[in-house]
Amino acid sequence: MDIPYLETKKLAVGYQGKPLIQEIELSLSKGEIITLIGPNGVGKSTILKSISKQLKLISGEVLLDNISTAALSEKELARKTAIVFTERLSPELMTVWEVVALGRYPYTNGIGILTETDRHKVEEAMELVQITDLREREFAHLSDGQKQRVLLARAICQEPELLILDEPTSYLDVKYKLEFFGVLQKMTRQKKIGVLMSLHELDLAQRISDKILCVSCDASGGSITRYGRPEEIFREGFIQELYGIAHGTFLEEDGFVELEKCTGTSEVFVIAGNHTGCFTYRDLQRKGIPFSTGILSENDLDYPVAHALANQVIAVKAYEDFTEEDYRKAEKELLSCKTLICCQRDFGTQNRLNQRLVHRAREAKMPVTIL
Amino acid sequence: MKPITCSNYNNIRKYILYFLLLSVLLLFLFSISICVGSIAISPQELWDVFLGKSENDTFFTIIYEIRMPRAMAGMLLGGALALSGYLLQTFFQNPIAGPFVLGISSGAKLVVALTMIVFMNNTRMLSSATLILAAFIGSLISMGAVLLAARKVHNMSVLVLAGVMIGYICSAITDFMVTFADDSNIVNLHNWAMGSFSGISWSNVTTIVFVVMLASTITFLLSKPMNAYRLGETYAANMGVSIRMFRVMLVILSSILSACVTAFAGPVSFVGIAVPQMIKKLFRTSRPILMIPACFMGGGVFCMSCDLFARTVFAPTELSISTVTAIFGAPVVIMVMLRQRRGM
Repeated sequence: MDIPYLETKKLAVGYQGKPLIQEIELSLSKGEIITLIGPNGVGKSTILKSISKQLKLISGEVLLDNISTAALSEKELARKTAIVFTERLSPELMTVWEVVALGRYPYTNGIGILTETDRHKVEEAMELVQITDLREREFAHLSDGQKQRVLLARAICQEPELLILDEPTSYLDVKYKLEFFGVLQKMTRQKKIGVLMSLHELDLAQRISDKILCVSCDASGGSITRYGRPEEIFREGFIQELYGIAHGTFLEEDGFVELEKCTGTSEVFVIAGNHTGCFTYRDLQRKGIPFSTGILSENDLDYPVAHALANQVIAVKAYEDFTEEDYRKAEKELLSCKTLICCQRDFGTQNRLNQRLVHRAREAKMPVTIL
Repeated sequence: MKPITCSNYNNIRKYILYFLLLSVLLLFLFSISICVGSIAISPQELWDVFLGKSENDTFFTIIYEIRMPRAMAGMLLGGALALSGYLLQTFFQNPIAGPFVLGISSGAKLVVALTMIVFMNNTRMLSSATLILAAFIGSLISMGAVLLAARKVHNMSVLVLAGVMIGYICSAITDFMVTFADDSNIVNLHNWAMGSFSGISWSNVTTIVFVVMLASTITFLLSKPMNAYRLGETYAANMGVSIRMFRVMLVILSSILSACVTAFAGPVSFVGIAVPQMIKKLFRTSRPILMIPACFMGGGVFCMSCDLFARTVFAPTELSISTVTAIFGAPVVIMVMLRQRRGM
């Protein structure tokens, strides 16, 4: 079933004969999305440019449908792959329609006259990315986000079997990001095209990619450190290591980040749970106040943020009841703090010990803030 | 879904109108160029000569031997120059590139002058083909120097500056050679080096028609890759343009076209920049398939008017063609540069 459409074999890429990244082995079937992630300047674009034959390969080969791209003519290649790259374009006096229509280039005659079918395909592509009402606007005067969508439409009407995108969503707002990926998914599902792209948005990469290729760089040069499904990449703190994140935390479960925690002696104890605490945690982090929090179950919605930002988290294993021992630990931590913030008003059977902590703080004449 | 939208349709009508306008202007200027001069010929007399009804041999000689070849040359060489400028602008993706600014005309001038001195000393006649070849070699040498500079600098203003410097160097060497050339050569050489459409013979015109038409036709056939190239090299390559081949073609064609002009009329300034800019302004598009014929026609109109101006305004003194093209062309260039500065 899974016949690879794009394959690279012992591919090495780089500039002026010097390899930047070596031993790239990837395979992409039709209808699949592969994403390249990795730190800035590591050579993700270089890989994409080499695969799309914009750059000479250092060694190895790129196969499309089992044919080496070196053996394909420009025109044949143009009918198989289309690109959307990051370079900023401002062509003079060129309308959106003209830019999109250029996608038909590999199919038109000697002087590039569009046929009825070509025009139809251009309209279709423009409708797909919702730029039909921009058609007569001058491309150079559009916003970066609009340009990005126009260029996607251009690539779509080139009718490729493989779409190569270099950070396609960098300039898009959240709505268009989602729509952009919606279009990509539609195309991979319906037209069965393959997508190879680089992304900086890890949360999106985690969600849209069938496979992820991690490119990293060390003293000996660049390499592919991991290649696999999202669940194989976003685990064991690998991302944190890949990007060398030292200040702050990457929450690999959902692909988000938290800023660096404030260390020192905790000044505030926070009682939270069920997503009531994360804004308080972040507020304290912004003010630079070290804090402790508890008692939290490890499967609580607040736990990942607490873990990333709190000096100390009094936590209980998932699905376990809070015990007297947990309470005593929390009490000790609470009494070493100056104030208590309680984000919760509802206490149930599982977290009644947290309610006891509030009473304990009042007894100890600690300032208590109930949110 | 309507394939041809309303605005599309209006555009097509607009373009047809502009092409008609350019054609009428060409015809009009061509006739005027033949009628106006130290001996005025009325349109009626022109018509008679044209139909072979005129008894007046002087008119016949003036029209056929002097004014007609000159008008033809003005039209074709003007077109060639505008086209050459348009090709260079495409190549460098810079609206102020042109054969004169980049020193390509001056390079051609240098080699042509050298050839003239060498050949005339040996009292041999120079054929049109030899002149064009010499100019072409000169163009390519200058172009090579500009390309070397372009590899080092990516700033467009610096590139143009490099071109201007190359132009000055070539002109200096030409002047140096002229200074030490035989007296008999100097008058001839000097006239030519100043730039003028005068003294062009029918045999020259035949060569010009052949070379310019061939080069322009090939240029027109390149309008498809040129269209893709508007989005830059990366995208053009992805659409199937073989970039290397395409760039070589641009260099060769623009050099041939400007060489042809320099060989017969000397270096002519600013047409290469001003005309494509004005045409773009008029058509409000940069589609090569329209720009190529329109630039050619526009160049013809521009040069014929400038030549008419050069030989009539201070008659019997004739201005050099470059003086006139600079007066009308340079302001356009300045306007373009100012607009660019504003971040257009």
